[in-house]
Amino acid sequence: MNLPDPSFLIIQSLSGLTYAMFLFLIASGLSLIFGILRVLNFAHGSLYMVGAYLTYSFVSLFINAPGQFWWAVISASLAVALIGGFIERFFLSRLYIREELSQLLFTYALVLIIGDFAKVIWGTGQLSISRPPILKGAVQIFGQYFPEYNIFIILLGLGIAFLFWLILNRTRWGRVIRAAALDREMLGSLGINVSWLFTLVFIIGAWLAGLGGALVAPIAAIVPGMDVEIIINVFIVVVIGGLGSFWGTLLGALVLGQVISFGILILPRLAIVFIYVLMAVVLIIRPWGLLGKPLQR
Amino acid sequence: MMLKPNWFLILLILLLALLPLSESRFYIFLGTDILIMGLFAVSLNLLLGYTGLVSFGQAAYFGIGAYTCALLMKKAAVVFPVAFVAAAFMGMIGALIIGFFCIRLTKIYFSMLTLAFSQIVWAIVFKWNSLTGGDTGLIGINFPKYLDSSTRFYYFTLAVVVISFYFLRKVVDSPFGRILATIRENPERTEFIGINVKRFQLIAFMVSGFFAGISGALFGIFNHSLFPDLLYWPMSAEVLIMSILGGMYSFFGPVVGAAVILYLRMLVTSYTQYWPLIMGTILALLLFFFPGGIVGFLKSQRPFAGGKR
Repeated sequence: MNLPDPSFLIIQSLSGLTYAMFLFLIASGLSLIFGILRVLNFAHGSLYMVGAYLTYSFVSLFINAPGQFWWAVISASLAVALIGGFIERFFLSRLYIREELSQLLFTYALVLIIGDFAKVIWGTGQLSISRPPILKGAVQIFGQYFPEYNIFIILLGLGIAFLFWLILNRTRWGRVIRAAALDREMLGSLGINVSWLFTLVFIIGAWLAGLGGALVAPIAAIVPGMDVEIIINVFIVVVIGGLGSFWGTLLGALVLGQVISFGILILPRLAIVFIYVLMAVVLIIRPWGLLGKPLQR
Repeated sequence: MMLKPNWFLILLILLLALLPLSESRFYIFLGTDILIMGLFAVSLNLLLGYTGLVSFGQAAYFGIGAYTCALLMKKAAVVFPVAFVAAAFMGMIGALIIGFFCIRLTKIYFSMLTLAFSQIVWAIVFKWNSLTGGDTGLIGINFPKYLDSSTRFYYFTLAVVVISFYFLRKVVDSPFGRILATIRENPERTEFIGINVKRFQLIAFMVSGFFAGISGALFGIFNHSLFPDLLYWPMSAEVLIMSILGGMYSFFGPVVGAAVILYLRMLVTSYTQYWPLIMGTILALLLFFFPGGIVGFLKSQRPFAGGKR
């Protein structure tokens, strides 16, 4: 067996890293919502999909504006955040008193509803948009070309991870959010409006999913079904890293990104089996994930 | 335990037996579909409603049963009765292996592990082209000669499902079934009174897998073809919804759920392709307004009807 070209390996791992950043954006939102609200949001992939579709629509809306892509990304992700806030405030919040299964099923109902709404609005065909002009090129890495846009995604993903960590650990709001994960009743009696805090957390989580979808739009096919496909990978990420754990989510995304990137290369037929085996093995050995903590309740 | 003859049930079975006299292909088809999916949903509900285990991977045993029966008949030329029984036992063995690991976990972790395992089974079926046909599916599974008409297959399905329900009903009404309900209410306390909770949960898994395997085998022959989608996670979600929509705290609730969903789907898909939208809306409305499911709602309307599950 001859060893593959090292430059090829680097490019391959960089593609894995790009995918990992998308996984991280979506999974961190899912994990944040689970950590605070204790709801596993099945519809998180749907919010991601809506982010991608809205970016498509906004790009054609802002056709003559300078920096149309960036405006589209900002508007689409904020619109998704708004949709998330609406869902939490008017529907999900009414189900907190019920058993967890009701909440899970409600988010699954949303998957069905949002998926079909997207088909009604955008059709069933495959849509695509082009990369922003400023990032159209490719850079040479050890003789191989790698798209500038992907490098931007990697840097942005790491930037958001850092910012996210900074907010959670170094600001008052971050402290409040971390406290909500530990003891929401106590937080309520300390004068924090927990009900609005939950809405805020859902909005942030939805925004992250929408941002992921908006940023993936230029490099992936925007099709119905991208919601169901991503959510299962995001579940794997949070399971590997640990539901509700920030660093765990990052680790899980990095691991899955590389496994998918190289697995498809080395064992194309077994790769897809392997990622689920990985998920099962982590659950059996450490149900709360590599960096997570066991659930208290 | 002596069961009072339930006249309503006997009447219902008689009516179902007379259904083919309508000579409507539509109703025979729908009836077969409802019976098969009803059995599948009840098999899940043994875990969900009776034992309190929210399994998110029931499609695995359904698919194992379906592929076992079809592959044995198609590739190994095994006669139908043998293939059919083998499917049930393969479903049970699958559930034994998967359940062995899953019962060690609780709550969300349990559901996630059942999901992971069913996805493993799905991925294997999806990628093992030479055996399962992969994405193109397994086509041309024929009815065995003596069941070679939709009416005959309907009667066969009806017989299998009625016998299965009879057996499952015996199981849940037996002391074993009572222990499962005790586990659902409080696993820790059940452990304290000297019951090996994990062993009971594992047996519940095996019984559940056995009947899911049977329903899968029926499904494959009924459809003449099999595709990996049968094992993909939305299938597990759909059967979960059937159980909860019908009412997971009653024995026949899941069958009612399956009947309502399948009938509505038939009805709706003739007008519009947006069935998931309707289904999602129904599910959401149900969660907000009828948390006990259809049967739970009907029971609450008749407060003196007795509390028999």
